[in-house]
Amino acid sequence: MKLYDCSLITDGASCIILTSPDIAKNFTDSPVHIIGSGIASDTIGLYERDSLTSIKAAKLASKEAYKMSGVKPKDLDLAEIHDCFTIAELLAYEDLGFCKPGKSGIMIQDGETTLDGRLPVNPSGGLKSKGHPVGATGTAQAYEMYLQLTGQAENRQVIGAKIGLTHNVGGSGATASVHIYRRD
Amino acid sequence: MMNETMPFTVSSFYTFLKQKKFMAVKCNECKTKILPPKPMCTNCLSTNLKWIKVNDAGKLLSYTVIHVAPEQFQSMAPYCVGIVEFEDGLRLPGMICDISPEKIKIGMRLKIDTISIDSSQWPPWGRYCFRPV
Repeated sequence: MKLYDCSLITDGASCIILTSPDIAKNFTDSPVHIIGSGIASDTIGLYERDSLTSIKAAKLASKEAYKMSGVKPKDLDLAEIHDCFTIAELLAYEDLGFCKPGKSGIMIQDGETTLDGRLPVNPSGGLKSKGHPVGATGTAQAYEMYLQLTGQAENRQVIGAKIGLTHNVGGSGATASVHIYRRD
Repeated sequence: MMNETMPFTVSSFYTFLKQKKFMAVKCNECKTKILPPKPMCTNCLSTNLKWIKVNDAGKLLSYTVIHVAPEQFQSMAPYCVGIVEFEDGLRLPGMICDISPEKIKIGMRLKIDTISIDSSQWPPWGRYCFRPV
């Protein structure tokens, strides 16, 4: 792994208002709903993990979020992925069911994850291009998803986006959280 | 005899290693083997454990070359760290010594050994590393 494979640890802040659909009406006419949520953990030591080429916590968390929401990977209009390192994004595609194990590289090569691809990933730029203010990154993903699903993402807007997924990882995969969002 | 009375701690693990004994822990209830030792079974939470001897040679599962090292290891950089798999899938991470980075190959045989280092920042346990068999 080389310098440009790493995300930039930066300063930054983000904020979201998390509330019930009823109360949300007091703030906005266009709320975005969290329809699926999953969090899972694994050992902190990589040597104790089942696999070195998969983040089990992300697999488990996404399974839970997909089940809760009734959404399948093919239903997603976009995703914000925790690409803390180049390899992390590739593993995430496979763990989140965007493609079969070992096929994430081909998915990128074929342009499937570009802004006008089959499943746009990280229109925000992701951790590697936007920056990684560690404590703020998770809610920054939710903020980006809010902008995208309400059509306010300007030049990086995924046209007609209705359903999106965010994926956040901590401790080299010792924890992972996956959320699925839908606009009204 | 001494083996049976040593607490199931990392400190004991290093004490054994200094005596050239590579030891893991086995759960008497569910038979899970645990490395490095822990005072409780990671599978069934039992504290009914015993020490077992493990073959000190294993195979290299994966490795990386460290160029940007922590302060106390800067004089050794670039150096390699890897994960070695021993019998029954037991694994440990550690530094790979006595071989240049370009000669290291995944799957090669390595054995665990003790290493001395002058550092006040390290607990008084000693350290281990992996060396080619």
